[in-house]
Amino acid sequence: MADAVNPEAAKPAMPAAAPPKAPTAGATAAAKPAAPKKDYSAYIIAKGQPVPSPTEIPQFKCGAMSDSKPFVAKSEHQTPLGFPGELVDNWQEKAVAKMGDLLGKYRSLQVYMDSCIKCGACTDKCHYFLGTGDPNNMPVARQDLFRKVYRRYFTTAGKWFPKLVGAEDFTEKVLDEWYTYFHQCSQCRRCSVYCPVGIDTAEVSMAAREIMDHVGKGQKYSNEIIGKVFKVGNNLGLPKKAIRSTLDGLEEEIKEETGLDVRLPLDEVGAEIMLVTPSADLFAEPHIQGLIGYAKVFHQAGISWTLSSHASEAANFGMFIGSYENMRNVSLRIREAALELKVKRLVFGECGHAWRVAYSFLNTLAGPFDFLDPRYPIPQHIVEFTVDQINKGNLRFDKSQNDKYRLTFHDSCNVARGSRMGDVEGGQFEFPRQILRATCNHFYDMAPETIKEATFCCGGGGGLLTDDLMDLRIKGAQPRMRAMQQVAQDHGVTHLAAICAICKAQFTKVMPAYGFKMDAILSVHQMVANAIVLDGSIQAKALDQKLAAPQIGNA
Amino acid sequence: MITAIFAALFYVATLVLAGGLFYRIRLYLRTPAPLKIPTTPAPTTQSGVAFRLVREVVLFESLFKANKWIWIFGWIFHAALLLVLLRHLRYFTQPVWDWVALVQPFGIYAGFAMVAGLLGLWARRILVPRVRYISAPSDHLMLALLVAIGASGLGMKFVAHTDIVALKAFFLGLMRFELNPLPPDPLLLIHIGLVAALMIIFPFSKLLHGVGLFFSPTRNQVDNPRERRHLAPWAAKLESGAGQK
Repeated sequence: MADAVNPEAAKPAMPAAAPPKAPTAGATAAAKPAAPKKDYSAYIIAKGQPVPSPTEIPQFKCGAMSDSKPFVAKSEHQTPLGFPGELVDNWQEKAVAKMGDLLGKYRSLQVYMDSCIKCGACTDKCHYFLGTGDPNNMPVARQDLFRKVYRRYFTTAGKWFPKLVGAEDFTEKVLDEWYTYFHQCSQCRRCSVYCPVGIDTAEVSMAAREIMDHVGKGQKYSNEIIGKVFKVGNNLGLPKKAIRSTLDGLEEEIKEETGLDVRLPLDEVGAEIMLVTPSADLFAEPHIQGLIGYAKVFHQAGISWTLSSHASEAANFGMFIGSYENMRNVSLRIREAALELKVKRLVFGECGHAWRVAYSFLNTLAGPFDFLDPRYPIPQHIVEFTVDQINKGNLRFDKSQNDKYRLTFHDSCNVARGSRMGDVEGGQFEFPRQILRATCNHFYDMAPETIKEATFCCGGGGGLLTDDLMDLRIKGAQPRMRAMQQVAQDHGVTHLAAICAICKAQFTKVMPAYGFKMDAILSVHQMVANAIVLDGSIQAKALDQKLAAPQIGNA
Repeated sequence: MITAIFAALFYVATLVLAGGLFYRIRLYLRTPAPLKIPTTPAPTTQSGVAFRLVREVVLFESLFKANKWIWIFGWIFHAALLLVLLRHLRYFTQPVWDWVALVQPFGIYAGFAMVAGLLGLWARRILVPRVRYISAPSDHLMLALLVAIGASGLGMKFVAHTDIVALKAFFLGLMRFELNPLPPDPLLLIHIGLVAALMIIFPFSKLLHGVGLFFSPTRNQVDNPRERRHLAPWAAKLESGAGQK
């Protein structure tokens, strides 16, 4: 079992018996031969050697990534999503028409096509540019692949003076550039923070992928996964039986550890909360440790909850391919499940883009949620839930349980720049850190230009978490990994915690290239699971005894 | 003859600028933003959003975060341009408003600052490989146009004076649909000819960024998607179809 969110990794029948402790990326032999072996040895920084700046601007390497393309979707991946099975004959005409359609539907796209000043502010902000040096990975250059077609067909200047304003016909060569470089954007929105007009390259790359899907040139990885959600209910294709058997295993494990019956319910009608979590949480390390954390928090809070097999996926790859319709259809499953299970609250597990879709779009796509309890945020993030429980004093932690970790935190891009937690601007940065400080003794932030709103993508977001893009993923992780190498040298940091399934799966794969172990990535709720002292548990009794005993030495 | 040509030119330029901007703004207003996409952390109230936009317009906040060189050159250019434009109001008002008279001395120095800012931006466009890579011929021409306008203006102030009383009579006349003779000084004709060209180019070019910022969803949306349901008309139509329980 290789990649957590990789379709090849999870054949429906297989994970049924997957033991919870299964090492995620252990079996590299299972990985299919993708790109030729490349040498990444320069990424490992020897002890005592200076770590290059994460934001260091590389020399241009023109065309360095021109061969990096994901597998093209086959007919069976395209048609269930309503897209043509292969490149249609009159694709150019169709593509231009679709572009016109999107320009009329999305103000963002129309305004962003017109408003770029070519000032250069974004040129050194993309992790894929910093990691590859390919000039087409500068956000403005990526947008210009789209903009040159827009100008040719939709602007006066481009129709009359194409050369002057950099307009170009939508040729086969341009389509190929689109497929290459719009699959080197993880839609992380870091560039949008710095643009003086607020141009968001993610909006452009989503539109480009939507257009390519509509002429029959889709990306296999994303489209196959969306098809699985429609067919089975989740990205990994885990059927209900497999989920139940995993949950049973976890219940046993927690019982053994704590002596308590902590439940992980599935499809229980009438529960207070429905938890929607990425299916990786049901399958892969370290995700599954986070799921144990959620269960323990719910248990301690004394609130009934359930997972749903119909909505057994928080991820929504409809966003990655820019398809409002597909994103809506995936979202509607959550509404349907919530109605069916008659729950009162909706809580989302640790997943970056899923939280963006849930927080920012769910009300739009599948609302109004007037049947849920309005006293709670709709939807709520599990981190918000846990912080609330901490603030109420309901959770007790033994931080020393996490003393083997020296931690830093990776702000996942979609949480950082596309959502919020709590009532205050920037709560999405403070809430997870509050949990880590409550559960760990050793926490150190990475360099300020690499965290919070300036955070670097893990390198695998936006529908790029596929083995056929492994070279891009390793290179794109460079800024984040350098920032981690810095705190590793300065503060002895050993582990990185995250609240995103894609980040976790990506780091498991790419960290070894940077000299970290593949299990140096942790779930935030894994820290909770380790440190939480449940009432009446074996840990509680032991801790109480320890505290009752006379203190000797340092406390 | 020259007077008539330039009068016609300015009427056309004004119409193109006003009409073009009207068309663009109407297009932006009519195009829905179907999803909430503010770049977060984002303000949670409408007044917070207004304040964010003011900071972007006045201070270039995002650009400041991005790159101090672009910021300093860009900000100097825009601030100076504003002063220069205000100074030029005296050619269109009679009597000249008091505060315009106050701005007057600053406006003259601003002319230099404006050209300096533009040259700084142009230098980056030529010298920084990343910016050179993304520049089309039109990006250089736009800078050339603005520099030429600034330089010809400064030339009239400090090298070859023109008859500004007659010039003012020409423009005041235009505003009342009267033709008063335009002084036929080459520098003046270049200056105002280029300004007219700029006005005509404006609605068809990247100069639209001045308008675009106000319509940019990453900057102008309130971060309140959980509290208020946001639905575009075309998306609402999907709901009348199947799927919704």
